[in-house]
Order: sequence, then C-alpha cells, then structure tokens
Amino acid sequence: MSLVPWSKEAALRILATMCDEPGPILICLQALQAEFGYIPEDAVAFVADACNVSRADVHGVLTYYHDLRTSVPPQSSIRICVAEACQAVGSRELVTAAEGAFGTTLGAPNDLVEIESAYCFGNCALGPAAMVDHQLIGRASLEKLLAAVQGDEDK
Amino acid sequence: MSAITVFVPKDSAARSVGADRVAIAIAHEATKYGIDLTLVRNGSRGALWLEPLVEVATDRGRTAYGPVRVEDVPSLFSADFHLGGKHPLSLGLTDEITWLARQDRVTFARVGIVDPLSLADYEAHGGLAGLRRALSMAREEIISEVIDSGLRGRGGAGFPAGIKWRTVLQTTGDHKYICCNADEGDSGTFADRMLIEGDPFTLLEGMTIAAIAVGAVEGVIYVRSEYPDAIETLRQAIDIAREQGWLGKSVLGSLHVFDIRIRVGAGSYVCGEETAMLESIEGKRGVVRSKPPLPAICGLFGQPTVINNVLTLASVPAILAGGAVAYQARGVGRSTGTQVFQLAGNIARGGIVETRFGVTLDTLINDFGAGALTRRPVRAVQIGGPLGAYFSTSLFDLSMDYESLLAAGGMLGHGGVVVFDESVDMAVQAKFAMEFCALESCGKCTPCRLGSTRGAETIEKIINGLDLEGNKKLLLDLCEVMTDGSLCAMGGLTPLPVRSAMLHFAEDFGSRTGAAR
Repeated sequence: MSLVPWSKEAALRILATMCDEPGPILICLQALQAEFGYIPEDAVAFVADACNVSRADVHGVLTYYHDLRTSVPPQSSIRICVAEACQAVGSRELVTAAEGAFGTTLGAPNDLVEIESAYCFGNCALGPAAMVDHQLIGRASLEKLLAAVQGDEDK
Repeated sequence: MSAITVFVPKDSAARSVGADRVAIAIAHEATKYGIDLTLVRNGSRGALWLEPLVEVATDRGRTAYGPVRVEDVPSLFSADFHLGGKHPLSLGLTDEITWLARQDRVTFARVGIVDPLSLADYEAHGGLAGLRRALSMAREEIISEVIDSGLRGRGGAGFPAGIKWRTVLQTTGDHKYICCNADEGDSGTFADRMLIEGDPFTLLEGMTIAAIAVGAVEGVIYVRSEYPDAIETLRQAIDIAREQGWLGKSVLGSLHVFDIRIRVGAGSYVCGEETAMLESIEGKRGVVRSKPPLPAICGLFGQPTVINNVLTLASVPAILAGGAVAYQARGVGRSTGTQVFQLAGNIARGGIVETRFGVTLDTLINDFGAGALTRRPVRAVQIGGPLGAYFSTSLFDLSMDYESLLAAGGMLGHGGVVVFDESVDMAVQAKFAMEFCALESCGKCTPCRLGSTRGAETIEKIINGLDLEGNKKLLLDLCEVMTDGSLCAMGGLTPLPVRSAMLHFAEDFGSRTGAAR
C-alpha cells in the first residue's frame, strides 16, 4: 500500500469529508491513518476543530485503540497472532524465531520491519496465523514470513 | 457462461494457504489448453483442513479436490479434473464428504455453495424468502416467530433474540437502530468472518427482517479491522443490495425504510462487549457502559437498539422462511436450533461444524477433528473464547449446549473450541488469561483493571513455586472479586479459564521441582 507523506492540507481535505458523520472522531482518525500510515500529534488539534470536540476527546480516542499509531510505520509490518488457538500450534515459538531472524523484538521496530503481537485474525484452524502487511498467512512458519516480507509469495 | 464451472474459495482462510495462487494457476492452465471455464470464487465449505478445496460442477453434483497446491494444478488438468476426472487429490462428491455430510447446515446452508456477491445465486438458493414473508406479516407476528423458534444470542450470552426485539419494538424512539456485532475477537472463532465472506446477503437479510420487526430505520455493522476481506465483501454486498432496491428508501418496494452502514473497529477486544461497541460506533473510547439502561431501551446515540451477533441475525432468514417449528425441532431443551461450532487450535481437521445442540465434545474433537494436529494426545480444550473454561479429556462426554456447559462450570460463548495437546502448560495458559485481560481491559472498573495485573503476577509466583498454597488461595479470592465485582464479562469471566485450569489441571499449579513440566 502506498502512503502519502503527511501534510496539513491533505489532512484537512479528508476531515472535511467526514466530520459531519455521527460520532466522527474514530473514523476521522482511521481515515488519516489509512492515508498517511500514522497520525502525528499535530493532527489532534485539526481533528478536534473539525469535529467540534475537545483535544482531550481526540487524544483519548487516539491513545485507546491498539490500531492507531502516532509514529511513521516501518516498511514492513509482521503481526503474529499470539492468542490461544495459535499458541496451541506454536505461535510463541514463531515470535521468538521471527525476532531472531529480523533482529528486532516485539513492539520495537527497526527501519525495515516491525513485529507485533496480534490477537486473532479469524484463521484459528490453520494457525499459527500471521499478517505481513495486508497478506494473511496460514500455517505460518519463519520461512513463510521471510518470503512474504521479501514479496516472494510463492513460498 | 461456459459449460464448465470451477470453484476456488475466496475465503481469507483459504487465501492464507494459497487459494489465490491456485485460482490463477487454474485460469492459466485452462487458457493454455484452450478450455473455456468459469471460475467462481465461492466462500469456504468450512472444511479448512482441506483448503484450498477446488470444486467442479458435474452432472452428479459438485466434485471436490483438496488440498490443492499450485504445483498440483497441471496434474489436475492431465487428469481432466474439469470434467470430474480422478486424481490423487479427489475427494468425491462434495456433499458426500463425511465431514460435511454429517453436519446440519442451517445458518451456513449457502456458505461455500453460492457466489457470495451474486444476488441471483442467493435467491436461487432460497435467499430473500424470509424477508418476503416478513414483509407480509405484522411486526408482532415476526417477533413471535423468532421467540417461538427459541433463537438465542449466538455471541455468547445466549439471551433470547425475540425478547430483545420485543423490548425495542415496545420502546418509543424516532430513529431505532439494528446493530450487528461482527467484532469476533475470541480466539478460536471465525464463523462470523466466514459467513460474511461466504454469504453476506444472509446477514443483510437478517438485519432487514429485524428492522421491519422493530421499526428500525438504520443498521450498523461493527466489523473488526483484523477482517479486511470481510469488510470489503460487506461493502460490495451493501452496494448491490441498495442497487437492487432491497436496502434504502423502500425495502423491496414496501413502505419500510432501512439502510446499513459499516463501522470498522480499531483493535480493541473489549469493543466486542455490546456497550463498549456502541461507544466505539459513536467514535469514542471503547469504554463499557453501566447497565441499566439496556441498549434495547437506550442504545446507540440514545436510541432503542437491537444488538445481535452475526450468527444470530444470519439465522433469522432461515427461521422466517422455514418457520419457527422446523428450527425449534432441532437441538435439546432450551438450546434450540443449530450451533456453529468452530474447531480450532491444535486440531487435525479444523473448521466449521454446524450441528444440532447436544453433540458431545468427544464427537467434535475426535470424530470431526480427528484429534490433535501434532498426533499427540489431546490434553485440554478451551470452549467459548479467551473468557471460556478449560476442560480436560475426562469431560469429553459433555453435551454441547448452553445449560450443560453452564452446569459444568463453563460457557458456550461463540462456539469456539480450541484444542491443546499434551505439551500445554496450563499455569501458563491461566497466566495468559489474566495478561490478556490486563491488556484489553477498558479500565472503567477496578476489579478488571487492577485485578488482572495482580492475577498475572500471582500466577507467575505460583509458576515459580513461591508460597504455593498461600498464592493459590489469594488467586481464588481475587477470582471471586473479579467475578462478582466487574462491570462486564471481560473482568467477570476472565476467572473462568483461570479457575477451570486450576480445577482440572491442578498438577500444573503444584511444585515444579523435579517434575518434567
């Protein structure tokens, strides 16, 4: 997915299209993140103005949801399901192996990749499940993760 | 349309093991041999262990091949699979695959069979019959039909759907809502996702019937962000339903106004709790509301609101089309109809098993599931998601229905069955239950917000062998406080996996010196 560099003007254009929706804060933040990949701190004031709510309201929503992020995303995101069904088929071990292979730890991204734990992709009969960028991987293994990050889908 | 029709599922579970690549390879080979075939991207039949499951329409019915890998495609063509030819991956007629034939598909009747976004296909397989009948009935008649069917909430709580609808009907409001909870966050559950991806019109029809019954004008489907394919399918299905005059200012030419929009979640598990979901749809932090008032009286934006799970709403069209009696005749006791079980985790043959209530755990895990994927003995099963109880194999003759599970100290929840083999450490699982609660707690009530963190710490002490008896007593006491003192099921049911693990797997909470585990 190609992301657009953050700009106030582009952000305001997006906000103008949705600030009149009922209960707009979350969908505004989601729309900004879909466009720019993250929500910079500056955006809080713009969203508050557009939605006619306080900055505290926007900050509260922004910091509540796991999906919303305030930093620039790395090139690749690897999300490994570590909920029960995937635990039962070795997702904890997969996380450890991925951390070693990509030289990073959970929640501490380097420039190239970010490994995050996730809780269920609804692929619980074909676990461990992982999502690399927007591609869901069933029966995930380190080999499959490496192939997906390198864009080699035939693995 | 060509004479040959090949089906390759577009379900995201099938895609996760290569269905897209298989579909491309089939199209490519067909072009190479000059074979004119129509490729339909259907939902999954639910036998996920056979995915990607490729089917071909023949005179005798659909014949199946699976699991198909890209490298199998050339040999499938050599074996004339497109004419139903024999191949090492042949599974025979799909309808005769024992795993599927033994099921009783009602809610999932069309999933995997129809083209998910073909309204013509939907109607050809009985779609819209329920809605058409509902349009000819009085509101109270529709609700009576749903009450008589015995349909209970499939999201986990098991509350009678019709009673909830009646409350909304009887409450005054100028803009009533139908909210569909598609925030299927429980690990081990995927039926909502598969239904949406495989037969989205059924959900839309169920919501429309509910709207007509209670006089609602707007529907909202709250789908979790972890389900991008389901979101996309729903968007397209809603657009089609609008174009075809089913949603909008006049439902199928009647005087009823009803439209549906989608709100996407943002990675918060507790937003699957109905009042937290309402807050999230209103764009706020997903913090649980106190009840009363019930959402049926004061729900979304303060309006009377029906909140039902995907499977509950998706069961409604079949009930209206086939009548309450036919539905009610299935099941046992107060658990009427069918339940969509989801076999997950360490299981050889996982997927969707829709069957009448009353099936035993043993049948599900050993007959359908064929035991653990690792071929090691099954040791533990968690039923009903992260807030459900862990059971040992000694309880495998348990009847799977609302009341029996409750009596055994568990809950049916959303019907997820997660299997673990003998390598599982139940103290670690109990600790995870507390950690998950700590991570996902909305923070409104103290027992959940603080109790979960203290609980995880206490289990860690038990794992490390510190004051075992004292800490176990403390943990049980904490569980009691969380059960009785939490505002919603998040904190209130987190003790369920913890206590059941301690009860059924006491050996994992004992002294670890010298023992293997």
